[in-house]
Amino acid sequence: MTEALLEVAGLRKHFRRPDGRAVVRAVDGIGFTLGRGETLGIVGESGCGKSTLARTVLRLTEPTAGAIRFDGDDLLALDRRALRARRRDMQIVFQDPYASLDPRLTVGAIVAEPLAIHRVGDRRARARRVAELLATVGLEPEAATRYPHEFSGGQRQRIGIARAVALEPKLVVADEPVSALDLSIQSQILNLLVELRRRLGLAYIFISHDLAVVEHVSDRVAVMYLGRIVETAAADDLFDAPKHPYTQALISAIPEPDPARRRERIVLAGDIPNPEAPPPGCPFHPRCPQAMDRCRREAPRTVDLGPPGRPHLVDCHLY
Amino acid sequence: MSRASVVAPIAEPATTPPLLHVEGLSVGFATEDGRIRVVEDVSFAVAAGRTVGLVGESGCGKSVTAMSVMRLLPAPPAFVAGGRVLFEGADLLRLDATAMRRVRGDRIGMIFQEPMTSLNPTLSVGFQIAEVLRLHRGLDAAAARAQAVEILRQVGVGAPEGRVDQYPHQLSGGLRQRVMIAIAIVCRPALLIADEPTTALDVTIQAQILDLLKALQRDLGMAILLITHDLGVVAEACDEVVVMYAGRVVERAAAAALFGRPRHPYTAGLLAARPRRAVRGWKLPTIPGVVPAPGRRGTGCSFAERCARALPRCRDERPPLVAHAPGHDAACWNPPP
Repeated sequence: MTEALLEVAGLRKHFRRPDGRAVVRAVDGIGFTLGRGETLGIVGESGCGKSTLARTVLRLTEPTAGAIRFDGDDLLALDRRALRARRRDMQIVFQDPYASLDPRLTVGAIVAEPLAIHRVGDRRARARRVAELLATVGLEPEAATRYPHEFSGGQRQRIGIARAVALEPKLVVADEPVSALDLSIQSQILNLLVELRRRLGLAYIFISHDLAVVEHVSDRVAVMYLGRIVETAAADDLFDAPKHPYTQALISAIPEPDPARRRERIVLAGDIPNPEAPPPGCPFHPRCPQAMDRCRREAPRTVDLGPPGRPHLVDCHLY
Repeated sequence: MSRASVVAPIAEPATTPPLLHVEGLSVGFATEDGRIRVVEDVSFAVAAGRTVGLVGESGCGKSVTAMSVMRLLPAPPAFVAGGRVLFEGADLLRLDATAMRRVRGDRIGMIFQEPMTSLNPTLSVGFQIAEVLRLHRGLDAAAARAQAVEILRQVGVGAPEGRVDQYPHQLSGGLRQRVMIAIAIVCRPALLIADEPTTALDVTIQAQILDLLKALQRDLGMAILLITHDLGVVAEACDEVVVMYAGRVVERAAAAALFGRPRHPYTAGLLAARPRRAVRGWKLPTIPGVVPAPGRRGTGCSFAERCARALPRCRDERPPLVAHAPGHDAACWNPPP
């Protein structure tokens, strides 16, 4: 097997409240690997830490602890300049196409910015490259002279994607990239992301609360709950045979777009706990329909339930 | 007067008169560019005790339709250009303000997508529930508070005796939505209008709220008009579906018929565009282009420029909403096979 593109181990990001009293363990001991050209989906509900994980993996926020190995480099050991150079290969696409584009810059300047920062080509070469990129994401070349507010949400997301792939990175972290878009536009953007992956050999970390979207794009899927990954498996295995009670409930809660297939859902009681005061033991135990005494006392270790060469990792005392 | 003779509700025996009958509703806004219609000739019926989904993407006019039924749009700039909203024997569009206030919150309850912006942050949840009871039922403070505790229990709020004195910011999103529902149903309305009630919620909390709405409907015999963009929610919760596009109804049918065999290319396109595993890594079918802006919707079918099945006729002549099967209406000159 070739070396993974990204290896994350024991990653933690804790935030202290301004009054110093409470610590939020947004990311609390996460490890995973991502192969070259692979798409890892990360699902979880609000407050589970998935967006913090995205930012921490790219070192957009500094982790509290842990190790990140990206394409042969120890990312956390890089100084500011070296990190900046490395960023060529790791880009991010945000959820909100309205907030993530500078309204004062033309679309051409926005897409050219990463090229300028990394001193790729001269001005004319960059203009040619911008035209190419706009065509790649399905925009007219004239778009370069216009401003973000002149575009619809779906078109703005195309602009954000053009900027992210301008340097042909090895990794793109997509944080809820289609959540703000209408269904008919969502499928256009998903198709674009899948096509770019094929053309450019990108690896994605694809973060979403929408399980149908994650199921559609991912090779492997990791499920997060309260700052931890509770289950990781190949997408087929995870959706066909979820092992963790939380994953089971999450999948059964997806509304089925077919009234002929309405079925009994596992409806979880209660709310997602406050991450400032996570429950002891397994963080899921207060909502878990199968919680045992042990779950209240002891955090579960990760076990591999998959066949050889096809890991299916679960953090649960049931196994 | 005989309301039953006006129209038969969708996919219901004609003997049951509709509770709500929206008929030829057109609504617009006065803008700098003149008066622009955003809802055109919308008709549908909701029978007592049933759930009807009003579906479509942003800007299709579904929320404007719902707000017009409740007469909650500020006028001006909003104006009703035509139509009737028949509810329990009266045309709501013709009621005076006092009579309308008696309907709102009493006979028709309403919940919105974002409970934080519809609850008053400076008042306790108990006060906000009790307010409705004092207004519509003339209860005194003690009786209203007792009933507020009871209704919180009914919508699944744990330890309601303590929650009743809390403020909205002290509650999670799911609990806030339960409080909104409590306020909406405390007078046992005949109709609940729910505008994207689960859109801001996580999927496990969404499942709780959908189950709660179903249970309340069963217990109270209440009809629900559910406004949503989520086809999964529609399939789970609705008996009948009204699909809107660019301000008009393009399809209207029982849920099973609509999902089983959509008769409008837009509905068919939306259903096909849903991401799912069967097409992982492959292209999803898409609907090209974007929704035309209000005021630029032409004389033909508004969907024609995005439609793979469009005929020359579609661009010039608007297709009427007619039955393509019993109880299954669509506005299309060239419906999918």
